[in-house]
Parts: sequence; C-alpha cells; structure tokens
Amino acid sequence: MSGLVLQDVAKHFGNLVAVDNVSLTVPHGTFVCMLGPSGCGKTTVLRMIAGLEDPTAGEILLDDKDITPVPTHKRNLGMVFQSLALFPHLTVGENIAYPLRIRRAPRAEQQKRVDELLSLIHLDGYADRPVSKLSGGQRQRVAIARALALSPKLFLLDEPLSALDAKLREAMQVELRQLQQKLGITTIVVTHDQREAMTMADLVVVMGEGRIRQAAPPIEIYRKPADAFVADFIGSTNLLDVETDGSGRAVVLGSAVPGLKLPDDQHKAMISVRPEDVHLKAPGSDGIAGKVNFVRDLGGTIETFVEAGGKIVVAVTTPRERTKFAAGEAVSVVLPAEACVVVKQ
Amino acid sequence: MKRILSRLYLALVGLLLALPLVVVAGVSVNEKQSLTFPPEGFSLAWYTQIFADSGWRSALVNSVVLAASAAALAVAIAFPLAWFLWRRIAPWANIFQVLGLAPFILPPVITALGMLTFWATLGFYGQPWTAAISHAIFFVTLPLVTLSLGFSSIDRPLVEAASTMGADERTVLRTVVLPLILPYVISGYAFAFVLSLNEYIVAYMTVGFTMETLPIKIFNALRYGYTPTMASVSIFFVAIAAIVFGLIAHFGDLPRLLGAMDSTDK
Amino acid sequence: MKREPPRSLADYAPLAFPAVMLVVFFVVPFSTMIAVSFFRRQQGGFYTPDFVVDNYARFLTTFFGGVLGFSLMLAIMVALVCVAIAFPFTFLLAQTKRRVQIVWLVVMLSVLSLSEVIIGFAWSTLFSRTAGITNLFVWLGLMSEPQALVPGFGAVLTGMVYQALPYTVLVLYPAIVRLDPTLTEAARTLGASPLLAFFNVIVPTLRNTIVATLIMVFVFALGSYLLPQILGRPQHWTLSVLITDQAIYQSNMPFAAAMAVFLVLISLSLVALTLFVGRRETA
Repeated sequence: MSGLVLQDVAKHFGNLVAVDNVSLTVPHGTFVCMLGPSGCGKTTVLRMIAGLEDPTAGEILLDDKDITPVPTHKRNLGMVFQSLALFPHLTVGENIAYPLRIRRAPRAEQQKRVDELLSLIHLDGYADRPVSKLSGGQRQRVAIARALALSPKLFLLDEPLSALDAKLREAMQVELRQLQQKLGITTIVVTHDQREAMTMADLVVVMGEGRIRQAAPPIEIYRKPADAFVADFIGSTNLLDVETDGSGRAVVLGSAVPGLKLPDDQHKAMISVRPEDVHLKAPGSDGIAGKVNFVRDLGGTIETFVEAGGKIVVAVTTPRERTKFAAGEAVSVVLPAEACVVVKQ
Repeated sequence: MKRILSRLYLALVGLLLALPLVVVAGVSVNEKQSLTFPPEGFSLAWYTQIFADSGWRSALVNSVVLAASAAALAVAIAFPLAWFLWRRIAPWANIFQVLGLAPFILPPVITALGMLTFWATLGFYGQPWTAAISHAIFFVTLPLVTLSLGFSSIDRPLVEAASTMGADERTVLRTVVLPLILPYVISGYAFAFVLSLNEYIVAYMTVGFTMETLPIKIFNALRYGYTPTMASVSIFFVAIAAIVFGLIAHFGDLPRLLGAMDSTDK
Repeated sequence: MKREPPRSLADYAPLAFPAVMLVVFFVVPFSTMIAVSFFRRQQGGFYTPDFVVDNYARFLTTFFGGVLGFSLMLAIMVALVCVAIAFPFTFLLAQTKRRVQIVWLVVMLSVLSLSEVIIGFAWSTLFSRTAGITNLFVWLGLMSEPQALVPGFGAVLTGMVYQALPYTVLVLYPAIVRLDPTLTEAARTLGASPLLAFFNVIVPTLRNTIVATLIMVFVFALGSYLLPQILGRPQHWTLSVLITDQAIYQSNMPFAAAMAVFLVLISLSLVALTLFVGRRETA
C-alpha cells in the first residue's frame, strides 16, 4: 500500500493518553483534514508524522517504509506551523531558500526556486522584504512556499489559518485547496474549524479524546455522522432520544415518527436531525406538538427554537421557503424519517 | 496636576542620582589640584592625565584587559550551560544554574575571600590571570541570565521548522539559534564587562598587592592623597557605562532583558 | 530536533566546560573557605588544618555582637529607605512612555554598575567642606559656614542608599510593569482617588513583591564593603569590612572565614525566604 499509513499509533505523556491507537491510511495526493476540539490529539498525530514527537507505540509507514525511527530532518516533508515559524532574522527570499541553502544548493538554483515559489503564491518581487513587514495573509503564503521549496512528499499544516481574520481565512482555504490540486501533493491539515475542513478536504478525520471517531469524505461526515460526538461537532444538529413502543413504532419526544426504523437489536437509541431538515407546520396537523421559544432572524436564514417534549429543537429555514412563526406560537414539529440518522452515543 | 507631581518625583530621584556625579564632574575640571566645587577655572588636563600618567594608564589597561578577558570567559561558561538547559530536559542540571547565580547573590566579600583562600592554597596568589578567572566566576550570572532569557525567547517552532526542512542539530545551531541569540551574547558580555571594570573587592583580594586596577588605584588615591584624576577617571567610567548600556538599549530590548516580558505593547 | 533528556555521553558534552569551571573555581574555593573556618590560626599569617570551633566561639564577644548588630541594622535601614523611595518611583516610571523608561533604565544600570569606590569618592566629595553641598546651603543663606558631613553615620546611610537604589528599582521593575493597568482604573471608576488607589490596590497587590524586594536589598546592602570605610568611622564598619580586615590586615584567615560562613548562612536563609515568598505569590 503506497501512501502514508498509521498503524495503532499511540502517544502517552506520563499518565495522559494524548493519542490512543490511531490507525489511518492516506493514499497519495489526498487532502486530509484532521478535525476536532482542542486537546483531542490531532496536533500530536501531526507532530508524530513529522517526527517531532516519538510515538509511544505503533508505526508510521510512508510508501511501505517504516519511518518511525527516521529523525525529522531526514523525512523530506514540508510543514507549516500554527505560529508560521518564519525566521525573523531572514528576509522573505532567505526564508524560502532556507531548505536549499542548508543543502548547499548553488545560488542560481536557489534564486530560481525562490522566484518560482513567489510567483506561485502571488508575491513576485517580495524576496528582499523582511518578514516582519508582511501582512498576516502574506506571511501565511510565505510559510507555505517555504514548506514547498523542496517539493516534499508530505505537506503538513498545523492550524495554518487560525491567525487570519474570517474573510481572509475563507479566501486562503480556497487558495490552499487549489494549490494542492495543482501540485498533487499529499496534504494533512490540522484544524478545529469544520468549515475549513468541509471546504478543503478529500478526507475528513474527526478526532475526539485521542481517538479517531470517523474518517470519511466531508459530505458523508455531515450526512451520516458515526456518533453523537461527530454529529454535534460537524455543523449544528438536534440530538434526540428515540424509543420503540409496544407496537414497534419509533417514538421521539413523545410522538411517533412515521417511517423511522431502529436497528433490529435496539429499542433505545439517539438520532441526529440537521436543523435544515426539521419542518415546522401549523399546529394540529401531524408531528410533535411544540411552542416557539425564540426566533433568530439572520436575514439569509431563520433559526426557530421550538420547545417540544421538554427539549429545544432547532429548525432552520430560508425566509422565502416557509411561513415564519413568532415566539409564543404553537407549532407542530415534523421530523422526516429519511433525515433522522441513528447515531452511537 | 497628577502628571506634574509624578514628574516632580521622578525628577527628584534623578537629582539624587545625578548630584554626586555632577559634583565629581565639576571637581574633575578644576584647573588647580584642589578639591573645590564649584570648579575654579576650567581644564580638561585631568582627563588627559588618565592616559598621560603612566600609573593611571597602566591601571586603565589592567582594568580593560581584566574586564575583557573575564567577560569573555564568563560568556564561554554561560553559553554552553544555558544552551544545554534550553536544549535538553535535565532538571538536575539546574544545579549548575544555581551555582552560576550564587556568587552574584551572596555578599561579594564571600566570593572574594573564597578566591583568596583558594589561590593562596594553590600558591598562585597574586597572579594577574587569577583575577580574570575570579571575575569570570563572580560575574557569570550576568551572561547566564541574559542568555537564558535569550534562549527562552526563541520560539521552539522555529527550531522545529528548521528540522522539518532538513536541518540537523549543528545546522540548526549555526543557522537559527546563533543568529537569534547573538544580541543576548553581546549584552551578557557587555554587562559582565562593565561590572568587572568597576569591581573592587574581588580584584583587591586576589591581586590587590601585585596589580593595580582602576578601582584599586582610585581607592588608594582616596586614602593616600587626593588628585583630580580620580574625579576624571570616575566620570570616564560613568560615561563608559552609560554608552554601553545605551548601546544595548538602542540595539536590543532593554525592558525585556530586565524581565518585563510584554514590552512590545507601549 | 526534539527536546528530550540527554542519552549519550556526547549529549552531555556542552555541560562539561561550565560544570568544571563552576565546580573548580566556585565550589572548591567555597568549600576551602568553610574548611579554613575550622582551622587553627598560626602567628605570621598561616593556619594549620585542624577542627576547632574557636573561630565561631569568638562571635560571642560583645565587640562582634556590636558589629553584627550594626551591620544588620544598617542593612535594614537601607532596605526600608530604598523600597520607600523606589516603589513609588518605579510605579510612576512604569506609566511613562517606553522611550522614557528606557532612558531611566540606562541611568539606573549605569549607576548600579558604578564602583563602590567611585560612589564613595563622589559622596565624600559632596559631603566635604571644600566642594560639598554645604557650600550651596551657605550660598542660599541656610548655613553660616560650610562644614564636613563625612565621616558620619548619615553619610554611610546616604551612600549605601545611593548604591542600592538602582538595584531596588531594577528588582521592582518587572513586577510593576507587568501589573494589570486596569486594576487602578477599576479602583478609579469605583471612586478611589489616585493616591487612595495606590495604597489600597497597588501596594496590597504587590505586598509579596515588596517583601521579597526588601530582603533582596537587605542582602545587597549586607555586602557593602567600601562605603562604610570611606564614609564612616570605625564604629560604622560592617561585617564585610571586618572580614576583609581580618583576612588581609590581621592575617587571621580562619576567623575571617568563620565570619564569612556566618554571613553566607544569613544571606542564604534570607534568599530562601525570598524564594518562598515568591512562590506563594505565583501559586
């Protein structure tokens, strides 16, 4: 199997289990986003791939070769750090040329490569500027160019866009994805921003408490979350308890949901329903009886918070789509069976 | 009102600090060899005396050579120690850090007496180089503190970034660590140099009877006969200290060096 | 390049030179001094290895007790005066612009690095009859004729405060600069006057810093050696002077060493106290 393979990799810091038996296969050219809340072990996994941390157990293979004992400086990878780690004592050009310079590449070759990379990141002519004189987005791009200077096999990025403001971040996400597709390089990005992961990744790896909760393409993660943790972390969702009653119907919030089936061996479970799949209707019809608690009208979308069966269910609609309900109104909540995903707790 | 009071207070302390130096400066330009203030007449003759008079000149040379070599040795001791403590996880090695800080925290007479007994026991008492080693140990604290601070200011991701780009240990040291630590090496050297230049008791107890440094010479002059050259030398020394620290402040981050970490905002 | 414990002998190599230097030229001399403090003195400046506590027994004399008491009292006074002057000074300094602060820091460092000899000479000049400050008072009509203020206790105290003041400011500076400026602002919005806010908010917040600084300055002042000699009379001599006097002029190394060991014990216990106070603050 070519590509990057993690086999039962674990990392303990004293008694703390930071990474717990992680196995993952990343084929060549894949863009992977490791996603999870802070402290879930995603950065530690990335650092182990880079050789900046030694795994407590397990192996890391690159193209069938065990690289676990190989020191960082011999792994031939490019890495962008959260703090960017641009050398403050070097100019933009010197930063990008650094990996070539320490390998004693001829000056002309260094110069040529720097020019190539600068034009790749749209910063032509910036070679002689000190890095301190660059904007956040420009520094970001210099860090990327520097990591790519040697055309590495692996491109690792640790929260690379976290320091940028929201607009610039979204633009950089697109730019980074396009750059990766152009170069076809295996890329692993660590992030806690699920929008970032959805925008860029071929494969999203959701981590929680040191373990991989789900590894799948972005839409699958969104549509078919493996467990409550993933459902809750990716986008917003309604997590509701479901039970089968005596006659075999699935009951949610005290009302039966027609068409919803639980796996045969279970009669209690949890379902995830995305807010945009929740329908609100005038009361009296089918569905779960509830009362509108609060309405957040964001212009583009309307979020309606409905109190039903002692819980709050959120429904999202666009203004043109459906009737708007006001706080205090009685409504009926309809959960389409096909939108209810049974998730592990 | 508040600002005026605040400035007044700062100015008063400034006056207290300046007053003795102003008087010494005044005395140093007296025309005659008398201790009078305000000065009678104006002459810079006592400043040329520092270099013209063979006694003062040799004391100056002794002091500068002593300070330059002691500071170099202090940096040579402090650098590998600070680097090791930064580079490795070795809590027990902090004992050497404590040893490096101790001479500066304890009353100087302790180090002085320790050195005196040590060199006397070995039979090297009075050799000029013993003073250089003694001063290097006595002032090793200064480069040790500036260098520890300097290393802690190097972002570890910089080092990690270098290694992801293929730099091994030596290359990282040469291309990343050294350029970034250099200002701290220089300020550590400068601190040790200036303090060694002014140090009296350790120098006196080790080589006081065989070699005259400037502080020793000034003290002897104070005891055995006044000369305005003492005043001119004192002002000369104040000027050297002010220039050295001024340069450190100009090229480095003085508030940070003195322990105020968040000095970037203001 | 991971930060990890050293594994091979080569990993320890950088430590070799500093370790050897510090052990040979600090630990060994220090130990020699402790050993000598138990040796027996011989007439003519030499001593023979022995184990006697006579040198320590001499501490019990009234003369030694007087010197020790005076040294401690003097150091306490210097510490109190210095902190009283330096604390408001540093607080006000921390509120000035960065450039102004830097200029003051350069001044402080320059004065701090001044040789005790130069400080002593400067103050003895300032307090002298011919070139001193009393000439100014005469000129202002405050005094009828100039007089010498040295030697005297006031001169010793002034000189030592002058010497220790920059040290005090530099010890206080980091703690005060890092102080949250919103603290006083909050007190001000609650109706406290600037002076009230200073005494009710700033001083209590930094209480441990102040205590630690007092101890640090005390130890610093304990080390003053030349100023009591230049600016004072023999009754103003401190333990440091006495140690040098015994070592160099009386050639009684064992007794000098015993006094030095005693001084170390006082200093170390106070430094330990400072660390303890400091730890409580960060906890």
